[in-house]
Amino acid sequence: MSELTRAVEALLFIASEPLSVRDLAELCDAPPERIERALDALGDRYCEPRSGIVLERVAGGHGFRAAADVAEVCARLVDRPPSRGLSQAALETLAIVAYLGPVSRPEIARIRGVASDSAVGGLIDRGLIEEAGRADSPGQPVTYATTISFRRTFGLEGDESLPALAEFELNEADHQALRARLHLVADQRAGQA
Amino acid sequence: MILEDLELDLDVFQGPFDLLLALILREEVELAEVPIAEIIAAYVERAYDRGDLDLESASEFLVLIAALLEIKVRLLFPGELDEDDELSPEQAEAELMARLIEFRRFQGAARWLRERAEREPRIFRDTLAPLAPRPQPPVVEFSEDPWRLAACIERLLEPPPPIDVSSVRRPLVPVGRFLDHFRTILRERRAFQFDEAVAGLDRLSQAAAFLALLEMVKRGEVMSEQQEVFAPIRVVSAGAAAAERAIA
Repeated sequence: MSELTRAVEALLFIASEPLSVRDLAELCDAPPERIERALDALGDRYCEPRSGIVLERVAGGHGFRAAADVAEVCARLVDRPPSRGLSQAALETLAIVAYLGPVSRPEIARIRGVASDSAVGGLIDRGLIEEAGRADSPGQPVTYATTISFRRTFGLEGDESLPALAEFELNEADHQALRARLHLVADQRAGQA
Repeated sequence: MILEDLELDLDVFQGPFDLLLALILREEVELAEVPIAEIIAAYVERAYDRGDLDLESASEFLVLIAALLEIKVRLLFPGELDEDDELSPEQAEAELMARLIEFRRFQGAARWLRERAEREPRIFRDTLAPLAPRPQPPVVEFSEDPWRLAACIERLLEPPPPIDVSSVRRPLVPVGRFLDHFRTILRERRAFQFDEAVAGLDRLSQAAAFLALLEMVKRGEVMSEQQEVFAPIRVVSAGAAAAERAIA
């Protein structure tokens, strides 16, 4: 292994966040093309199922993670893995922040129809979202965006690799079912009144 | 501050605020003629004078004023505010559907995230120490010379000189010394004045001498006489005292 490859390997090992080719080139004082070659060499070496450590392209950079088949064991070491045991409310809130971020709490609450303060707080604690300045709307509420930890946790290279929101569009049958339920609830209310 | 205490002095009304409210509600005072801004000014002035503004009364005042303003606006601009705020049932349904559909999309996205996290659990290095930020943050400039600070802490860290305890003596006055002293005196004389025997000694030694005297009295070696409290004490050897009594 060349000295450069070994340097890149060591940098990725000690880094707590993914490093981009540019980061690595600056740190190693080497041209990006050589960094790419070093990453290719490391990618061959650190891949599933060959190694317990896997090099992956994630969150706009490169980083090591545990191989999927040993992730369960590794999860025991971590106090609270960021993706473990997320409630439905937290996941919905996370999805809204991921697609619409930076987005404010009132905006999240408007979409979910309920206050989402505790879900937002929980996601901040897990390091999946963070404050991202203030909105220009009345009251200038704090806005939230997803973090590098979010992209790593869900293996996203950048926000582009989230599936298009249109993919989750309801089909006609779903629309009908939704409308039917709406009417049912409305009729029940009317009956009570 | 209590709202009932608020006295008003307006062109159209003079008296307590709650009376004005009652009159407005009974339509005995024309609300359109009442300058709301002056009421607010009076309230603020009063709160300021008193130096206290309790939230409960302030919010009550705010609600009342807001209601008055709304009624007044409707009086001043009749018809203009009567646009239909209420949605028709069809509009309400359409709005609700639109919201639900939007929400359902995010529920779908949430499902996708959950499945992805469960299918491919990702564990990676998660150190508490974040990477050094790049680019470098601007250097904070100090107006003070850091070397001065270093010199100060250096002085503080220097251990103080050890305290010299060699000059501190434990005062020790043995009572026995005075026993010997008094006995020596009494071998030469029959009696002596205690004050004279201890004159010039320090307090502690005088106290020890007194204890020695008490000890000798207890043992029957001497008799002591004192005419009155704080009077000089005369010490007489027991033998001499017996002789004196015999003569008497």
